[in-house]
Amino acid sequence: MKKVIDETGFNRTLTRLAHEILEKNKGAENLALIGIRTRGEFLAKRLREVIWTIENLELKIGILDITLYRDDLKEIHYQPLLKGTEIDFDINKKDVILIDDVLFTGRTVRAALDELVDLGRPSSIQLAVLIDRGHRELPIRADFVGKNLPTSLNEEVKVAMKEIDSEDSVYLKTLNIGGE
Amino acid sequence: MSLENRHLLGLEGVSKNDIQLILDTAETFREVLERPIKKVPTLQGKTIVNLFFESSTRTRISFELAERRLSADVVNFSADMSSLKKGETLKDTARNIEAMKIDMVVMRHGAPGAALFLSKVINSVIINAGDGSHEHPTQALLDLYSIREKYNHIEGLNVCIVGDISHSRVALSNIHGLKTMGANIAVCGPATLIPRELDRLGVKIFNRIDEAIEWANVLNVLRIQLERQDKSFFPSLGEYRKYFAVTKDKIQKINKNITIMHPGPINRDVELSADLADGEHSIILQQVLNGVAVRMAVLYLLGTRS
Amino acid sequence: MKHLLKNCMIIDPEVQNNGPVDILIVNETIEKIGAGIADLKMDNVIDMQGYIVAPGFIDMHVHLREPGFEHKETIESGTLAAANGGFTAVCCMPNTNPSIDDQSLVKWIIQKGKESNNGIVDVFPIGTITKAREGKELSLMMELADAGAVAFSDDGSSVQNSELLRRAMEYSSMSNKPIIQHAEDPFLGKGGAMNEGFESTRLGISPIPSITESSVIARDLIIAGYTNAAYHAAHISCRESVELIKNTKNKMQKISCEVTPHHFTLTDEAVRNFDTNTKMNPPLRTKDDIIALKEGLRDGIIDVIATDHAPHSFDEKEVEFLFAPFGIVGLETAIGLSITELVVTGYLTLMQLVEKFSVNPRKILHLPQVTIREGELANLTIISPETEWIVQVDKFKSQSKNSPFNNYKLKGKPIGIFNHGRIYLSS
Repeated sequence: MKKVIDETGFNRTLTRLAHEILEKNKGAENLALIGIRTRGEFLAKRLREVIWTIENLELKIGILDITLYRDDLKEIHYQPLLKGTEIDFDINKKDVILIDDVLFTGRTVRAALDELVDLGRPSSIQLAVLIDRGHRELPIRADFVGKNLPTSLNEEVKVAMKEIDSEDSVYLKTLNIGGE
Repeated sequence: MSLENRHLLGLEGVSKNDIQLILDTAETFREVLERPIKKVPTLQGKTIVNLFFESSTRTRISFELAERRLSADVVNFSADMSSLKKGETLKDTARNIEAMKIDMVVMRHGAPGAALFLSKVINSVIINAGDGSHEHPTQALLDLYSIREKYNHIEGLNVCIVGDISHSRVALSNIHGLKTMGANIAVCGPATLIPRELDRLGVKIFNRIDEAIEWANVLNVLRIQLERQDKSFFPSLGEYRKYFAVTKDKIQKINKNITIMHPGPINRDVELSADLADGEHSIILQQVLNGVAVRMAVLYLLGTRS
Repeated sequence: MKHLLKNCMIIDPEVQNNGPVDILIVNETIEKIGAGIADLKMDNVIDMQGYIVAPGFIDMHVHLREPGFEHKETIESGTLAAANGGFTAVCCMPNTNPSIDDQSLVKWIIQKGKESNNGIVDVFPIGTITKAREGKELSLMMELADAGAVAFSDDGSSVQNSELLRRAMEYSSMSNKPIIQHAEDPFLGKGGAMNEGFESTRLGISPIPSITESSVIARDLIIAGYTNAAYHAAHISCRESVELIKNTKNKMQKISCEVTPHHFTLTDEAVRNFDTNTKMNPPLRTKDDIIALKEGLRDGIIDVIATDHAPHSFDEKEVEFLFAPFGIVGLETAIGLSITELVVTGYLTLMQLVEKFSVNPRKILHLPQVTIREGELANLTIISPETEWIVQVDKFKSQSKNSPFNNYKLKGKPIGIFNHGRIYLSS
């Protein structure tokens, strides 16, 4: 297991992402942050803090549980626990920043987009991820990327966050061949 | 997290964990029901057959909405019990339908044990939508959900089921579910409509509505089936209303906060006064809404169980 | 034909038991009983070590289903099941189609019995009490008796009309045949499918209270006392019935009753999985009722064990519990259940068991008694009281397999029967 981002790097990356989001959107007025459970939710909260320190503006924040939109419910061996989507504001005409920890096949983002579209009609949806590890299976790209991390398929990217793990960091782990 | 059984045939023997999982999952679907588009693609490609041998419009609509909101393909089959007695057997009917490649069957049937029987003769996942006066688990689950929504807990509450307990489709499932979740349970009704040895299920029995109201936090008022009158269970609807109907003055006399539930359809001013049904104590319409969410939760948990 | 049964333990109330003996049968007759009969020039020598030999068992409550319901059972298959279960005779109930309310049908059934399985099992028809079992007018009882009917019953239905029942009792006494009543009140528990109590409450199944039976028996006993009739209560199932009969029996000699093995073996808890093979009428009752039935047998209040053998086809029972027909097959498990539940537990001795299965039913029906003595016709039931075996319904000779006892482990097994010069060995 190899640490690819440490705590300092983690915070620096978040700050850069916040700046890029603000720059591209020319400010924060119409932005809303929506994180995909589980770590996307915490990343969204962190980004809100950073943006508050920069712009002194508290953004609306939502949590997306994409379980009901997954296309692999039949194939997975365990049944994921439904925790629910929590978005207590109207996303219509908002510029939604969709946030997740790792962009991989693109299927999670596909599910999230489908769900967002069911929830309303935002002006735009932009995707922000901490890590893009490649290997896309769908035509999806991120608008904001913390770090591009070239990986092979037998590697796993593990994002640790203080909210549920003991530290802020990103690890790259090589899986045993023949493992899942 | 998965349910222990691949069918939902009843609440007897269902663990507290499983009931909790269903109720928690239903919370998510309550949120889905508040969305502009009240539909998720979760059960896309699954075919669900609603096999109704008794007309129960509400239960069928509630299940059908739940199924469609999960994007399942839905087929309705309705027949009456008399056709079952004469014509094709349940086994043949079910096997024929199953041969058309279906995934789940939601069945309403007049005979106790019919859902269990069905689970033995076909392979699909079975959800019992009422088997005679045996079990009706989703109704009890939606009642539990509604009680929990109101009080934030179920344990320790005094819940009294009022009316025709013997012929009720919902009493037994409610008793099992409430017991598992730690509530205190009572029934109240004419002695002729309370089945023998019910107390052995850990149920208190009242024959006086005033005592029941005094005791209860929640009254779950059952529909009095008008067509039962010829069987001499009680002399007249008038007498029933006088002694067993839940009315505002009977509640006000005791002057306490009480929650009124009813599985519907209500005979207004027979078992329940109209002002109570529509009043502040009533959570009857929440029950209906929660019914869809709870059924979505059950369909989701059983339909995606690997 | 010479048959030599070696080392037989004879259990017969009429015969002193002096340890194992050999029985020599020539054609149909017991030629010699004694120790160490030489097995020279015998056609058939069987060692009966460990087995008991008893006067042939008779099951006085059997549904052979023929004519009318041959998809459930026939006289051929039913008598084979009887032989396999250790019975040399059966009485068949008249709820056939048409019902046995006509002397030509009585004669036809007797004839058919003689032709079935070489006539090894005697078939004694029971005629109806009322025409077509409709409970409206008396059947031709004198004619039925003359044709060979051994008793009268509307089994499956109760004679409800008290006036008619009184007249039936009076009229049947002329032919010295008992009235066998299926005691069931038509209103109490109407539409029910199992015993009323905690279990029916839990399962939501509409119930049949025990008073459905006992209230009718109470009335019947009063009428039987008034008319001094021979009255036999079929398949009693509950404590109240036992107590009612107990209180009347010492005053009235002609009162008798029977119990089925399933009623003293299973309680209504067996219904919990909605197995339609636990649905019978009267229904399975409670533990307390079982104790009363067993004590009733022990104390001589219950005279007879009869099976109420009620075959139904697989498809008929493969339905919702509510829609399934009442009844189970019983011929091939009766001896095993009785020994397991009554003899092993000390309620009955083997001698008393023989009385319940052989002596008492013949007494009630005024049939000639069967004994194991030199010069008598050989009519024998052979049982291994110690053999433990597992019930397998697919091995039943009965055409129907509707038994709740599949895979039951029982102690005591029928070994075979001897009747009319023929031997049948159970499988």
